[in-house]
Amino acid sequence: MSDDFPPLSLNVPEPGCRPGDTPDFSDFEIPRAGAVKRPPVDADPDSIRDMAFSIVRVLNKDGEAVGDWAGALSPDELREGLRHMLTLRTFDARMMNAQRQGKTSFYMQHLGEEAVSCAFSRALRPGDMNFPTYRQAGLLIAGGYPMLTMMNQIYSNADDPLHGRQLPIMYSSKEHGFFSISGNLGTQFVQSVGWAMASAISGDTKIATGWIGDGSTAESDFHAAMVFASTYSAPVVLNIVNNQWAISTFQGIARGGVGTFAARGHGFGIASIRVDGNDYLAVHAVAKWACERARRGHGPTLIEHVTYRAGGHSTSDDPSAYRSKSEAAAWPLGDPIERLKKHLIAIGEWSEDRHTQAQAEILDGVIATQKQAEAIGTLGGGKTPSPRDMFEGVYETMPPHLIRQRQEAGY
Amino acid sequence: MASMTMIEAIREAHDVAMAADDRVVVFGEDVGFFGGVFRCTAGLQQKYGNSRCFDAPINESGIVGTAIGMAAYGLKPVIEIQFADYVYPAYDQIVSEAARLRHRSNADFTCPLVIRMPTGGGIFGGQTHSQSPEALFTHVSGLKVVVPSNPRDAKGLLLAAIEDPDPVIFLEPKRLYNGPFDGYHDRPVTSWKNHPKGEVPEGAEIVPLGKASITREGGDVTVLAYGTMVYVAEAAAEASGVDAEVIDLRTLMPLDLDTIQASVEKTGRCVIVHEATRTSGFGAELMSLVQETCFYHLEAPIIRVTGWDTPYPHAQEWEYFPGPARVGEALKKVMEG
Repeated sequence: MSDDFPPLSLNVPEPGCRPGDTPDFSDFEIPRAGAVKRPPVDADPDSIRDMAFSIVRVLNKDGEAVGDWAGALSPDELREGLRHMLTLRTFDARMMNAQRQGKTSFYMQHLGEEAVSCAFSRALRPGDMNFPTYRQAGLLIAGGYPMLTMMNQIYSNADDPLHGRQLPIMYSSKEHGFFSISGNLGTQFVQSVGWAMASAISGDTKIATGWIGDGSTAESDFHAAMVFASTYSAPVVLNIVNNQWAISTFQGIARGGVGTFAARGHGFGIASIRVDGNDYLAVHAVAKWACERARRGHGPTLIEHVTYRAGGHSTSDDPSAYRSKSEAAAWPLGDPIERLKKHLIAIGEWSEDRHTQAQAEILDGVIATQKQAEAIGTLGGGKTPSPRDMFEGVYETMPPHLIRQRQEAGY
Repeated sequence: MASMTMIEAIREAHDVAMAADDRVVVFGEDVGFFGGVFRCTAGLQQKYGNSRCFDAPINESGIVGTAIGMAAYGLKPVIEIQFADYVYPAYDQIVSEAARLRHRSNADFTCPLVIRMPTGGGIFGGQTHSQSPEALFTHVSGLKVVVPSNPRDAKGLLLAAIEDPDPVIFLEPKRLYNGPFDGYHDRPVTSWKNHPKGEVPEGAEIVPLGKASITREGGDVTVLAYGTMVYVAEAAAEASGVDAEVIDLRTLMPLDLDTIQASVEKTGRCVIVHEATRTSGFGAELMSLVQETCFYHLEAPIIRVTGWDTPYPHAQEWEYFPGPARVGEALKKVMEG
């Protein structure tokens, strides 16, 4: 045994494309639409291991829905889905602008990822509970949560349902199955498993969904969620939204150079599927499969939604500092709104004119709602929440020391 | 009334709560079939089934995180962290999630959750089975923090904690589990069986959170203590001959400041005793509050007697532990002031 070992060196993964480079996704393997078979909802996780390395896709490049994941939604439902995504995109654009105008402190948009939450929402039933991240507002938009209430929170005005205590986009609505968002990454993933365990303990038929980003899968709570979901066969659908970027950090830093995020489910014996996150029909079909699997007691599913964050991480972020400006346009899975629009036109259920008209109607609606919200107030202007409110709700009953501090503060 | 150890009293509190309310679920490491390494949940799985009392994977963040999800669903989880020393992986879930859920969601979601954990030293547990991390929790808005010192209080306070609509950190002094502890580690003690505080009422009688208990009345100096240190304070008072009033705080958050203030105004002197490290310990908060509320009644500087600012040692356990000799010296010193 010789001891002439060469010096070790640290492997730090790097993305293929930095500012100034030409984006190259030629290594990104994209199966053709319809290639991945739909297994029965009670499939043994071992029998579908290949699904963690492939991608479920329904819409092909001509806008046709193909394969055995297709056919779940009617033209009316698809038009509604398109409307949800257009609404979310329009809402985002208006709120990004409102932030630049100083009407709120902070905003996070969904540009390019609208299909993930909008399509998933359709697979849920009343009473189910989502444990989202800050980039699943489509669950609210598609779930019928009032946009005015969202804007009131974004503006932290007097009608903010959370009374100014929480950041602008960290919504909470039990009624709409939307768990209070935390800014501490990954914590909600394991909480969703606990909620699902509670449903099972109680003999209920409700399910939970957990959401996490590609970067946050590195958190210990991701592992905790997987262990608990696996051990107790919890009725939960665990979603990884792989939008390629965690602020400035490319997905390879959390994933390493090998495998897929979905494949992490294999070590836990959890059914694991990758889906084209920019394909509304595919996201819905896979969500429906996983929700039914959970609700029928066949256990958890891990879904990796493969998508692309076309905008900045937040209003505090400038992606041109760390990635190529042309990368979003080069993203091979396209734009979710354009793809669904093309499909509807291809099947004779939509047209360019109707699309233009729908966009205009939606914009008018969002502007009208925005005016209503701004008439109440924006951050620091108009009618705002009372400072007294920060002392409320720390506990159900205010303890003596907080009463003293509230008085000291003059409220 | 039945005579019980602290472990038996804690087990009984679980039993009473689980019988009364199907929403109470109990889990943690080794908690199910075996009934916990200290046996605080023994027999509960056999009695209530394995969906209401079960073993958890060794993942404290997962235990607390799933319990938060269960509480949001509408259950009332009572979970065990095997040693307080092991709670740190769950700190994010406790501080950022459980403690703030009510506030950040405007009570849309709440977190009625009890997190039990054995605390303190005195069993040669070394640095990973002896810590007293209460100040890490009293510093967090939204949490309640309870430290019982005897079987009767342990049962009543645990029942109150389970009833409480907010998250409660329930720290159980492990030296007292099979105790009692009369303050001296090297002298024989009365067993809980023959101890007046080993007498535990049957049924669902609670001890309210936020109420201290005066365990020894006196006129010269107020000693603020909790958990194991209550016995050290009482022993030091007896040995030193100082007419000390010993207050067992029982709940650190919310704190019974009224009882503290009334006592210090009466005695004009105050000694604070805890086993945890000194710097930024809960004693610092107590000292500030006494100074703020009782300054014009004080006749001497307030003294803290605490664990040293070192990791909890193994072989030197009783030199680290603030025993009756150190507390007795403080009592004498405060009387000289």
